[in-house]
Amino acid sequence: MEVYGKKVQSRLLLGTAQYPSPAVLKDAITASRTEIITVSLRRETANGSGAGFWDLLKACNCHFLPNTAGCHSVQEAVTTAQMARELFGTDWIKLEVIGHSESLQPDVFGLVEAAKILCADGFKVFPYTTEDLVVGEKLLEAGCEVLMPWGAPIGSGQGLRNPDALRAMRAYFPNIPLIVDAGIGRPSDATRAMELGMDAVLLNTAVAKAGDPVLMAQAMAQAIEAGHNGWVADPMDPRDMAVPSTPILGMAELV
Amino acid sequence: MNIIVNAEPRDVAAETLEEALQELEFTSPAIATAVNGCFIPRENYPDTPLSDGDRLEVLAPMQGG
Repeated sequence: MEVYGKKVQSRLLLGTAQYPSPAVLKDAITASRTEIITVSLRRETANGSGAGFWDLLKACNCHFLPNTAGCHSVQEAVTTAQMARELFGTDWIKLEVIGHSESLQPDVFGLVEAAKILCADGFKVFPYTTEDLVVGEKLLEAGCEVLMPWGAPIGSGQGLRNPDALRAMRAYFPNIPLIVDAGIGRPSDATRAMELGMDAVLLNTAVAKAGDPVLMAQAMAQAIEAGHNGWVADPMDPRDMAVPSTPILGMAELV
Repeated sequence: MNIIVNAEPRDVAAETLEEALQELEFTSPAIATAVNGCFIPRENYPDTPLSDGDRLEVLAPMQGG
């Protein structure tokens, strides 16, 4: 997969929040074989509480994708993106402009406005959006080169709530990288997303909150690879009736 | 001078952002700042004056999804 000129082997983008310990996070990143991890910014305390996490991140040898999680306005998101660019040394930004505090649904109007500002300022924007095709078009016009539709509300683990809309997105934007971001709960959800032709999956809670996050990270990687290979291999069409797979020709007459 | 630092009221003698960060013991190099909602690049810290009532945000890398 190639996004903003960077080629990656892994189609799994992994979040770094909510793990039981830094050691488990590190092992989960390794087991997932991800090359892109999402990170965030929060208030620092005097004498450097964030420094330890920063050291762990640097040792992971992954590309950072900072987010604007928790931002409910365009200005908050833009300022957070500017701070993230300096702090993480990347112009990649996972742009979230949240419109609703319960569903964490994207405010797509604010999202498009913030994307215009950030793309014009040289950012490489990964917009967390809905499956809406018109919003997708507006984001591409703003300068985005990738779209990240939600699978289900953030952290819900519900899987794909609207697979038909994702299928339509794939058909409508055949050459734009599509990354399902949020809502994945189980490996089968990730496989399903990839079988719909999505280019990658971004997930966090499904791994971090699993009983064994490291094993789940590996399972997600395998599920995503299987789903992608299944999409590329062009699955057969379903049939209404049974069709024998063993040849009829040459059957013995035994009665 | 009274300023708001990460939502906490603080009394500082510093007159610039650079001095304020030292006085408030934000010693980690892994920080980014905003004053009154506007990002301040690191190279501008010495030339950024602070005024009474300014809101200073000091952010650090954190886990995120």
